[in-house]
Amino acid sequence: MEAAIRARGLTKRFGSRSALEDVTFEVSVGEVFGFLGPNGAGKTTTVRVLSTLVRPTAGTAEVAGVPVSEGTGAELRSRIAVMTETPGLYLRLTVFDNLEYFAGLYGIASRETRTRILAALDSVGMAGRHGDRAGALSKGLRQRVSLARALLPDPRVLFLDEPTSGLDPVATREVRELIDGLRDRGVTVFLTTHRLEEAERLCDRIAILNTTLRIIGAPDDLRRQLFSSALEVQTAAPLADPDSFFGGVNGTDGWKPVGDASYRVNVRDPAAVAPELARAIVESGAGLVRLSEATHSLEDVYLQLVSDDVEVAR
Amino acid sequence: MSGRIRTVLRKELREFRRNKLVVGTMVILPLFFIAIPVASVLAVNAETAPNAIKGAVGSALLGFFLVPLILPTVIAGYGVVGEREQGTLEPVLTTPVRREELLIGKALAAIVPSASMAYALFVLFLIVVQLFAAREVVSLVMEPAQMVAIVLFTPLLATFSIWVGLAISARSSDIRVAQQLSGLAMLPMVGVLWLFAFRVIAPTVTVAVTGAVLLAVLDLGAWRIVSALFDRERLLTRYGGP
Repeated sequence: MEAAIRARGLTKRFGSRSALEDVTFEVSVGEVFGFLGPNGAGKTTTVRVLSTLVRPTAGTAEVAGVPVSEGTGAELRSRIAVMTETPGLYLRLTVFDNLEYFAGLYGIASRETRTRILAALDSVGMAGRHGDRAGALSKGLRQRVSLARALLPDPRVLFLDEPTSGLDPVATREVRELIDGLRDRGVTVFLTTHRLEEAERLCDRIAILNTTLRIIGAPDDLRRQLFSSALEVQTAAPLADPDSFFGGVNGTDGWKPVGDASYRVNVRDPAAVAPELARAIVESGAGLVRLSEATHSLEDVYLQLVSDDVEVAR
Repeated sequence: MSGRIRTVLRKELREFRRNKLVVGTMVILPLFFIAIPVASVLAVNAETAPNAIKGAVGSALLGFFLVPLILPTVIAGYGVVGEREQGTLEPVLTTPVRREELLIGKALAAIVPSASMAYALFVLFLIVVQLFAAREVVSLVMEPAQMVAIVLFTPLLATFSIWVGLAISARSSDIRVAQQLSGLAMLPMVGVLWLFAFRVIAPTVTVAVTGAVLLAVLDLGAWRIVSALFDRERLLTRYGGP
């Protein structure tokens, strides 16, 4: 598949501090790509490098078909849009004036400007607010205007830095629907967020960064890579000898208690082992209360990786 | 003029118009510089000593040089620090605008109102002098060298001032500090203008034109420095650039 973003060995050092180290990844055209990591992990630096705001110390990158380099900055930036974490609006100007300024900077023809501005505002639920002074808007509304500004140039690649930060639940849902709509239109979205459930819901693939790229893949693949399959079992009374009980069931690979009369049993194939395990529990007379496949959220994946880093740092 | 320069210019002017501090400063500061010197010029009469007349005219002339030199420093403070403070700098830098377009747009937004204000006040001054001042004052003020100096120096001084102001603004983190440093950076130039206004350097047309050429060269050098300082990475982090 054609790549909208291609980064190879991207490294950025500020003095002696390393913000990014040897980061390599690709994002396909039309993909919604999540970029996760703790504060200071290098997410914003990556976006800045890819949008030609800062120069990489080493490595190469290409965005929307344009190599990231000193001479191609204007060309590359005309194909992308970046929604920064803070809305960054001119508070003394109206919403329309703000967007009109950016339309001019993107070189949008003046005869199209008004239509494009009103359409962008409409898509973020701000139709009819174009005459409001930006300084009079709430944080959430400013965030929406900032998103409308990013949509204005109809970019091929859209970088969104915490797009739902400060939004109420209704506005958050609208923004998520908007991102889904962008995916349908073939726009590549590079999303940095702290909201793991948002990344899991929206993103085709996810990368977790902590100066170096820790892992990359679809949420399900990440879970499979990090966690072994397991079944969760709850019985009416604690098992007398869980070691020999679970060891006697074919396909199990160890167990651990997760509460009173509750156990997590590692298995190679949950679908094959579950019926046999259920039968064994019933036959033992322990009383089967619950048997289900253990699930791991993206948060589990994230915490597993980031806490590994914290351990290493200690 | 490129579309993007026009866009930047229009936005800057629109924003300044809605900033009471900028509008207030643009009105009050010129009056502060020229009100007292002009009053002293008008107070000259037949009994005033020739040296005192030259001093009064020199003060007024220096006032008219200070208007385009100091006013842009007030505006330049907002040029980068103001944008950085309200978080608008990074969104602007992510657009295809080139640094030269952004700089020229911002500079014009300071030069045009400052130079216009200086010219308008000088024309008003000439009318007042012609109507109400003593004959000795009129002949000194209407000297061709003074006229040429005001006409040529005004936009060149404003340009020099805005480049210095933007260079300082690019390195500062506070608007007021940027404005004060820019004002201080103008002091050597004020000294040179004082020599001309008070006739320590003989005010001839040749001197005025030579001064204008030197100022233009200085503006060009300042442009090259500020252009290098206006590096995207340097503006967003303290690293990068030359």
